[in-house]
Amino acid sequence: MRWIWIDKFVEFIPKVSATAIKNVTLAEEHLHDLYPAFPIVPHSLIVEGMAQTAGILVGEARNFQEKVILAKIGRATFHRLVRPGETLRFAAKIEHLSEQGASINGTVTVDEESVADIEMMFSHIDQNMAGLEFPEHNFVFTEQFTELLRTYRLEGKIAL
Amino acid sequence: MTKDEIYKKVQGVLVECLGVDEDEVTPQASLRSDLGAESIDFLDIVFRLEKVFTTDPSKPFQIPRNELFPESFEPGLVEDNKLTDAGLAEVHRRLPHADLTELKATRDAGLVQNLFAVQDVCDYLERKLG
Repeated sequence: MRWIWIDKFVEFIPKVSATAIKNVTLAEEHLHDLYPAFPIVPHSLIVEGMAQTAGILVGEARNFQEKVILAKIGRATFHRLVRPGETLRFAAKIEHLSEQGASINGTVTVDEESVADIEMMFSHIDQNMAGLEFPEHNFVFTEQFTELLRTYRLEGKIAL
Repeated sequence: MTKDEIYKKVQGVLVECLGVDEDEVTPQASLRSDLGAESIDFLDIVFRLEKVFTTDPSKPFQIPRNELFPESFEPGLVEDNKLTDAGLAEVHRRLPHADLTELKATRDAGLVQNLFAVQDVCDYLERKLG
């Protein structure tokens, strides 16, 4: 089963940018694990939300033919905590896109307040420089993944 | 652009990309063994260099794949992942400052990525911008 960390895309400009939202609810068990009696979204999961938003943007740019893997988090700066009842907004912009991978500039906000600035890189791993070999089938963008994109309500914005 | 200007820009890119201090970035510093670059960092460095050396957005500065950091060699330069004499000469031509002792002994083409030093990046950019 694929772990879903974003609820919906609200903007998707192929090869340029994408914005997704996630509603944070007190019903999520992991919110209670970091600080008892003080539920917040862990920073690592804020990075995960940006990775999912940006990873789909990068995958779509090559028609989901590449195996797109998060390869580097160049920088992640956090400005405020995120609490239950708030809506995270992940905005990802492609800085560079090449045969080998892509770099992304991401901003995370809640009600237009800055939550985090994140730079990350994705590798098209079959084109990687390390010379490693991976399975032939695309284990990142599977058929199940196409269903997931429908859940994300991307119909009409990209070719599925 | 002067050599100093190129060096300063390269230094800034490496500080940002590899999270090292400015004084660690010396002309002789090896990107891998001294500055800790991993394979994805080479792509990151290329992206950042393209950005900082673009002065006119309508004419972006581009570094073609395999040009600055060769990942593969043309037929004749490598056989069974071992550098031929021609391959070794090509590496020496591209990386004139590198110590090729280990490479000459093993001929292992996979070792070439370990040889890139800061000065090699600057030399490449000087030629490219020249």
